[in-house]
Amino acid sequence: MNTILEYSHVSKQFNSLCALSDVSFTVEPGHIVGLLGPNGSGKTTLLKIACGLLCPTAGDVSVCGKPTGPDSKLRISYLPDKDYLSEWMKVSQIIDLFNDFYSNFDRNKAYEMLNRLNISPKQKLKTLSKGTREKVQLILVMSRAADLYLLDEPIGGVDPAARDYILRTILTNYNDQGSILISTHLISDVEQVLDQVIFLKNGLIALQSSVDDIRANYQKSVDELFREVFQC
Amino acid sequence: MTWHFDNDRPIYTQILEQISFLIISGQYPPGSKLPSVRDLASEASVNPNTMQRALTELERSRLIYSQRTSGRFVTEDQELIRQMKEHIGKEKILSLFRDMEQLGYHPDQTISLINKIITFKNGGEA
Repeated sequence: MNTILEYSHVSKQFNSLCALSDVSFTVEPGHIVGLLGPNGSGKTTLLKIACGLLCPTAGDVSVCGKPTGPDSKLRISYLPDKDYLSEWMKVSQIIDLFNDFYSNFDRNKAYEMLNRLNISPKQKLKTLSKGTREKVQLILVMSRAADLYLLDEPIGGVDPAARDYILRTILTNYNDQGSILISTHLISDVEQVLDQVIFLKNGLIALQSSVDDIRANYQKSVDELFREVFQC
Repeated sequence: MTWHFDNDRPIYTQILEQISFLIISGQYPPGSKLPSVRDLASEASVNPNTMQRALTELERSRLIYSQRTSGRFVTEDQELIRQMKEHIGKEKILSLFRDMEQLGYHPDQTISLINKIITFKNGGEA
């Protein structure tokens, strides 16, 4: 099976601001990759380019061997960093919407996860707390059988107990040939589920390595190394 | 059981040690079937690829073996398990001696201290 996601010499310019410069990396099938970097380092920009919401200023991005476009929308399941669900909807209605929208959405899986996290499908999104809304969004994204999951800060507003469940959900629900690219600040929480990490610094890739290589080479966790590399 | 990982060492080596421990202590008895990679990974909350790597290493040490279609099993070779137990026991004692030496104890003194503790534990005088 081919590479799931490939960036080659991608740059993105917002007027005078250079958000990404000459970023190249690949994500292999079945791998979970952590995209780590301080605020404003280009993580969200990078993910938005991968799912075709932004066009790179230079360079090429391909998903499963093809350039991003209408085809890649089905292959990619994207969790944005913003809350985009309509407040008037009930949880069950948003599930129906996703079910209509995506042919690879599995309604049963969604209901099973809602049940595990004690979220009632009858509740209106307006009445849910921030953390619960995040959980609903993540459930929607993980209920699709996609090749690539792009998760932008998936566990930021979620309590530690639910975080564990969500990480396990991510681990057990992505398919064997699929990959996950996950951006987060909560490194110590996700560290052990990652294969590889990419450190982004001011739009540049500062480090790209496997988690166990970092531990073997530096005798420290990714979290500790991150604090060292990005010390203020 | 709960899985705990130290920060300063690769995760797969720690999984390796913890599964070896489960086998030696009999929690995974000889000849028993191991859970699947996915189940183990989910139980330990680690990446399935990391778990796979640890299991491959364990296969190399012959503590577990895989049967093509039916999964992975703990070895039935009790002698091998006993050897592994002794090996880990030796490692632990060596590391104890190293720590004690840093405290300024000569190995002989460490042993006499150990004997003291054992008599005390058995209800004798310390």
